[in-house]
Amino acid sequence: MLHPIVKLLVQRIALGLLLLFAASALIFAGTQLLPGDVAQSILGQSATPEALANLRAELGLNDPPVQRYFNWLFSALHGDLGTALSNGEDIAQSLGKRLGNTLFLAACAAAVSVPLALILGIVSVRYRNRWPDRLISAVSLASISIPEFLIAYVLIFYVAVQLRWFPSVAMISDAMTLGQKLSAIALPVAVLTLVVLAHMMRMTRAAILNVMQSAYIETAELKGLAPIRIIARHALPNAIAPIVNVIMLNLAYLVVGVVVIEVVFVYPGMGQYLVDHVAKRDVPVVQACGLIFAAVYIGLNTVADVVSILANPRLRHPK
Amino acid sequence: MSDPNPAIPAPEAPGDEAPLLDIRDLRIEATVHPPGERPRTQQIVKGVSARLRKGRVLGLIGESGAGKSTIGLAALAYGRGGVRISGGQVLLNGRDILRLPARGLRRVRGKEVTYVAQSAAAAFNPAIRLMDQIVESALEHGVASRAEAEARAVSLFEQLGLPDPANFGRRYPHQVSGGQLQRAMTAMALCPEPDLVVFDEPTTALDVTTQIDVLAAIKRAIRATGVGAIYITHDLAVVAQVADDIMVLRHGETVEYGPTAQIIERPRQEYTRALVSVRAIEHPENPPEGAPLLSVRGVSAAYPGVPVDVLSDVSVDLHPGRTLAVVGESGSGKSTLARAIVGLLPPREGEVLFDGRPLPPRLKQRSREDLRQLQMIYQMADTAMNPRQTVRTIIGRPLEFYFGLRGAERDKRVNELLDEIEMGRGFADRYPAELSGGQKQRVCIARALAAKPRLIICDEVTSALDPLVADGILKLLLDLQRIEDVAYLFITHDLATVRAIADSIAVMHRGKVVRYGTKTQVLTPPFDDYTDLLLSSAPEMKLGWLEEVLAHRRMESAGH
Repeated sequence: MLHPIVKLLVQRIALGLLLLFAASALIFAGTQLLPGDVAQSILGQSATPEALANLRAELGLNDPPVQRYFNWLFSALHGDLGTALSNGEDIAQSLGKRLGNTLFLAACAAAVSVPLALILGIVSVRYRNRWPDRLISAVSLASISIPEFLIAYVLIFYVAVQLRWFPSVAMISDAMTLGQKLSAIALPVAVLTLVVLAHMMRMTRAAILNVMQSAYIETAELKGLAPIRIIARHALPNAIAPIVNVIMLNLAYLVVGVVVIEVVFVYPGMGQYLVDHVAKRDVPVVQACGLIFAAVYIGLNTVADVVSILANPRLRHPK
Repeated sequence: MSDPNPAIPAPEAPGDEAPLLDIRDLRIEATVHPPGERPRTQQIVKGVSARLRKGRVLGLIGESGAGKSTIGLAALAYGRGGVRISGGQVLLNGRDILRLPARGLRRVRGKEVTYVAQSAAAAFNPAIRLMDQIVESALEHGVASRAEAEARAVSLFEQLGLPDPANFGRRYPHQVSGGQLQRAMTAMALCPEPDLVVFDEPTTALDVTTQIDVLAAIKRAIRATGVGAIYITHDLAVVAQVADDIMVLRHGETVEYGPTAQIIERPRQEYTRALVSVRAIEHPENPPEGAPLLSVRGVSAAYPGVPVDVLSDVSVDLHPGRTLAVVGESGSGKSTLARAIVGLLPPREGEVLFDGRPLPPRLKQRSREDLRQLQMIYQMADTAMNPRQTVRTIIGRPLEFYFGLRGAERDKRVNELLDEIEMGRGFADRYPAELSGGQKQRVCIARALAAKPRLIICDEVTSALDPLVADGILKLLLDLQRIEDVAYLFITHDLATVRAIADSIAVMHRGKVVRYGTKTQVLTPPFDDYTDLLLSSAPEMKLGWLEEVLAHRRMESAGH
């Protein structure tokens, strides 16, 4: 017999795929609703009707929408995202590089912010309602309340312009070493960390405090364990599920929601690429970006679900 | 109340060997927040003293709110939920642990003194394997290496009668039963070889047949390890089996303190005498007369989506103005039977006759008259009442719903009902939070009576109450039965309650009625195996009862 947890996991993952499928349909439908004609925008206002008709036939725009949707989805599954209308480049190729840059930035921000959020959350619980807790709460709330571009400009002014520690423009290229790259993105990473830290830290604190009410925490106290050990060994494992959910939401934000930061620091990531092509009405690029963002979001949330399931001993070790 | 009672003797004269634990004039207080009033400080323990020598067992007994758990936790210098230890000394191995700094205190807790909680199911961490939790104190305090601690744990599992001792620790808490978990908690307390263990109601949450095994296992383990123990319970019959000395507590003060034999056999204080003679209600059995009021015929029922029957082929009768006690362990189907009768769980097979005609199986199909005649009272009076309604609204609701009474007419009837439950009219404008546990249950009884029912189903109505309060409720129910001629279907797991109130008894086990008849028939030998087990497991208020029962069982299993 199959372990019941395998069934649960398969269900979750299947649900994620279904959701992604639905999201792709929405993205496709949404871009179809946009006003204007793709052939017209490629050829310009002065195009002859014959040229327009030829191009429409060539692009398959005369096919029924459902057929076009499945054609697009089928190619996308094979890694072919089409060609950009504005410059004729292969989308998959130029997008791949951009996506790599975005993931690099997100991963660096996550590597700093997630452990920091967990540690600060644990410290807040340990010194609950005392000055370390208050300080952490105040600073993290302030940082989440200030708009991210403002933090970015303040950092650029002091750290990049006055102190000259790091560059103000986060340009990276393949020719750079890892150290050079890290130095280049130090400021955006710092801003992103400040933006996502508070949410994760506060959820860690709240989830652990919730568990600290349990009778087994009293048992641990009566065993004479040190407070930090009680929190880390007895409370944290039972607070994993809510914490992982918030972490994954914030990781998704790091990938999907960093447009402003990329623009401020002129970072060659997905966000800027998307904004550029929305301005140019480049529908295939917008569709491709939407699909990738949806996949990242759904993927990370599925990971959160899977971790929550695996963290539950009742599911992991049935009777 | 506050003057010290000079008649309390200390069981041990000063001057003999230094005691393991010496509690001197312990005072504990808490800040309470009564609804609508300013927070104030309340004394919970008002100057209690006790001494315990190595290897001896002190029983703390009293009603809820007597301060027994609070005193027990003070032996670990721990105040639960905002409780403050405000005065006195707790000398453990000769030094006052109340004066220790946090770090010093951590070296005492889990090493010299350990704790066994009432609900082991809640006290074990669900995310960690049992063995890792059980050896944790021993490792933390450097008492033993992991291998030594685990070997000791396994030998404790064996002593405590746990199945497959070698592998038991590999399981997670949710993978073992409640009784096993309680024994595992005892093993956890004994593993670091402490000098003192505080047992806080370790068997209260268990079924009676499980309780006796756990009690015997705890007693054996205490004797075998020579550890000193404080045993806290509200059940004098239980503590009489394990304690050398007993301290009776009430409202945070010592009522009586002495050797177990003296407390049980020659109690000096009125309150102790009441505790000893509790559940001694004499209720002569009334024989069934005429046609049955309620007739359950061949009822089988299952919960949706569960293939196993929770009730199988249950048939019982209840006559007007009589009491049928349905007794069994948790999971035996007692409450499910009640749900089938009131229409919450339509039977898969069989039917329920009320006053000779079949009741529609589903609640929705029943007329208002059917509903009126059949009322219910629940175990948790707390949750059975809307906390935002006054007693007047709670009792008045069925008067409005069934009889259309309004205004002064309704209030008059509410007052009559309050008189009937011996509470007085002053309670009409109170909220449930302002009532004691017993008073809450009385209000629930009044609400059921307000419908003028012919049958009341009482589902464990006294289980959550202290013995003396429970006695009062049972007496009230018997009086009301005489006045109102109402029949009771009385669901309980407690045999003393059954003896006190029943005219006939149905013993249930795994969804079946295994024994059914008048009280005399059911309680007279020869018994079937299960009834024998159930009856012999109910603690009796006498010394050596536990050993007698265990010896009796050993002889039986040896083939006598």
